Amino acid sequence: MSYEVVGITVLWTFLFGYLIVASIDFGAGFFSYYSSITGTRHVIHAIINRYLSPVWEVTNVFLVFFFVGFIGFFPDTAYYYGTALLIPGSIAIVLLAVRGAYYAFNHYGSRSKKIYTLMYGASGLLIPAALSTVLTISEGGYIKVGEDGKVVFLARELFTSSYSWAVVLLALVSVLYISAMFLSFYAHKAGDFPAFQVVRKYALAWSLPTIISSLLVFFAIHSHNREHFNNMLDRSWMFALSFVFFLIAVYFVWKKTRLGLSFICVILQFAFAFYGYGSAHLPYILYPYLTIHDNFTSPSMAIALIVAFILGLLLLIPSLYLLMRLFLFNTSYVKGNTK
Amino acid sequence: MFNGYDPVVYSRMLTSLTLGFHIIYATIGVGVPLMIALAEWIGIKRNDPHYLLLARRWARGFVITVAVGVVTGTAIGLQLSLLWPSFMRVAGQSISLPLFLETFAFFFEAIFLGIYLYTWDRFKNRMTHFLLLIPVVIGSSASAFFITIVNAFMNYPVGFKLTDGVISDVNPIAAMLSPAMPTKVAHVLSSAYLTCAFILAALTAWKLLKGKDHVYYKKALKLTMVSAFIFMISTALIGDLSGKYLAKYQPEKLAAAEWHFDTAAKAPLVLGGVLTKDNEIKYGLEIPYGLSILAHSNPFAVVKGLNDFPEDERPPLWIHYLFDIKMGYVAFMVAVSLLFVIEMIRKRGNVYRRWLLFAIVAAAPIAMLTIEHGWIFSEVGRQPWILRGLMRTTEGATTSEHVDLMLWLFTLLYVGLGISSVRVLLKMFKNNHAEDELAAFGKEASERT
Repeated sequence: MSYEVVGITVLWTFLFGYLIVASIDFGAGFFSYYSSITGTRHVIHAIINRYLSPVWEVTNVFLVFFFVGFIGFFPDTAYYYGTALLIPGSIAIVLLAVRGAYYAFNHYGSRSKKIYTLMYGASGLLIPAALSTVLTISEGGYIKVGEDGKVVFLARELFTSSYSWAVVLLALVSVLYISAMFLSFYAHKAGDFPAFQVVRKYALAWSLPTIISSLLVFFAIHSHNREHFNNMLDRSWMFALSFVFFLIAVYFVWKKTRLGLSFICVILQFAFAFYGYGSAHLPYILYPYLTIHDNFTSPSMAIALIVAFILGLLLLIPSLYLLMRLFLFNTSYVKGNTK
Repeated sequence: MFNGYDPVVYSRMLTSLTLGFHIIYATIGVGVPLMIALAEWIGIKRNDPHYLLLARRWARGFVITVAVGVVTGTAIGLQLSLLWPSFMRVAGQSISLPLFLETFAFFFEAIFLGIYLYTWDRFKNRMTHFLLLIPVVIGSSASAFFITIVNAFMNYPVGFKLTDGVISDVNPIAAMLSPAMPTKVAHVLSSAYLTCAFILAALTAWKLLKGKDHVYYKKALKLTMVSAFIFMISTALIGDLSGKYLAKYQPEKLAAAEWHFDTAAKAPLVLGGVLTKDNEIKYGLEIPYGLSILAHSNPFAVVKGLNDFPEDERPPLWIHYLFDIKMGYVAFMVAVSLLFVIEMIRKRGNVYRRWLLFAIVAAAPIAMLTIEHGWIFSEVGRQPWILRGLMRTTEGATTSEHVDLMLWLFTLLYVGLGISSVRVLLKMFKNNHAEDELAAFGKEASERT
């Protein structure tokens, strides 16, 4: 495997990690708000908070890691995407900032306020929409590069394109689906059956829209970027597998058993779809201007980054394991017996 | 400068705004974990609940500042690419390693901070909980270390070749070991520790001024002020080395700061003063040989003057005022920490004198202002370059048409975050007195044993 492929695989994996942990987080914020309107907040609030409190900071790092690594491996992307993403990127930053800060204010501060919950819930849905523009732009057609090399972002094209809205829809729906599936697993593990009943309903309700919007994006690519669509067809087995894992995951939630396995199937469902989409996109990072080959960093930097990455992982994996042991997989903590 | 829309001007304004706001919280993020660790360690070693509570209360407030630090740090990380795409294209080739390592340090810190905050009562052995804090201290200082390396590179880029905007022969390790690195990193870390020691000291001094006299506050004051004194010494020593670094590697910055125009031996140091249109200094206080001593530790040494540099490569001359104001602040902090230590070791000294407590309260904002002034001095002092000697700031900025709008958006964000973080912090401690907590704490401890 060439350095480029190693680099993009590592980065794609981090983006995938972010997709999963951030979805749980964003969706939880929304459900927390939604339940306060529908009067079930007291039922699921404890479960959501017990999961989120120790991990809220870690979620953000996955994203930072992704974009810092991206600039490192593919410095030219900074030039193209930087100019194009000024507005959606800034909006995403502001939303992330409001969300992160107000979570902490609300949680560690002395009193919680309804307005914080609203901001927290709403931003959780807007952030995926803002961030998904990166994927949309990568398909090409929303950036014009002049002869002098100046990059112009075609905002109007982006906002009127049916493809970009299909992606936004998929982002929103899958956030809610992933989150509800995770919370079902978590509530079940905690033995909190009233909460489980509530989040299970959310999970089942969002499962069908997830598949429908995935199909929508699939066909939107067909009309927007035929080359990418054909590449995806070549990998149709990955998407088929993704669908199989979806069926298994929903089946277990429906049957109310083996919730842990069910959530693993959710991860696999998205992994196959995400890596299938990603590998079909290669070699382009920004169609048709940037490929992973002609804008790769110098070999010496690539080696340095990969070494740093491996050393970093040696540090991170045990730490993340410890975090999960203490909170996520610690039965007495999950059940609320340990503070 | 303000003739219509200029993305370069707005990009500079927005970057300054974000960084200026971020470093307030970032400085707290770097220094406070060390102070928490110190308090908890003493608390465990002496089996003293006062210090343990101190660590606990500091940690509680710390979370709020961390949250703002994290989100504004994410903002500056993304803004670098959004506002300076051409610069990042070059920098990405050569210094992405420290940027990358910084996120690892941050990751590490985030994981263990999450664990630390939620396990106060989880372990039987208190030491286990304390050990969780060590990765937090290492992580927070390491991220300052790596990000300062990036900045050092911008001040003195090494480890690559740039020909016609194309980079070649990149050496990632050499790029990290810029000559600017040792003094910059040391100065940033030491001054962050110093500032945090003063901030925590000021909180305690304020309580003492308001008539609280529990021994808890007295212990806190001594711990923080003795730390401040030690960090003051190290910061001052490193500051002197920074001056010597400038003389050798970035003489134009030093010359602009000191209004030193003609290269000369026995160069004097100028304090204060104003500059006339013909570059003459009026009303300044001259210290003979001062600059030569500062630059080379030798009163007869030759110091390079500004006239040796092309006019369009000179930093703006107003950084002299920044430098002087900063040194004024430093003088105040030296006096406060020195007076405290003298009072402490004097046989009949009293560290709780009202004027001294007032001075300590004043020292905290002054320490933070010193950080801001020092940082602006350092950044403006390398203008017009974004990569000194290689890329001008005007060449690095975005060409996007909406930077002005984004400036407003972020101004709004920071005002909101600033106000609400302060309000939350005030509220947090207003109705939750240390004395009450101590009483509950003591009862719990006696039940435990």
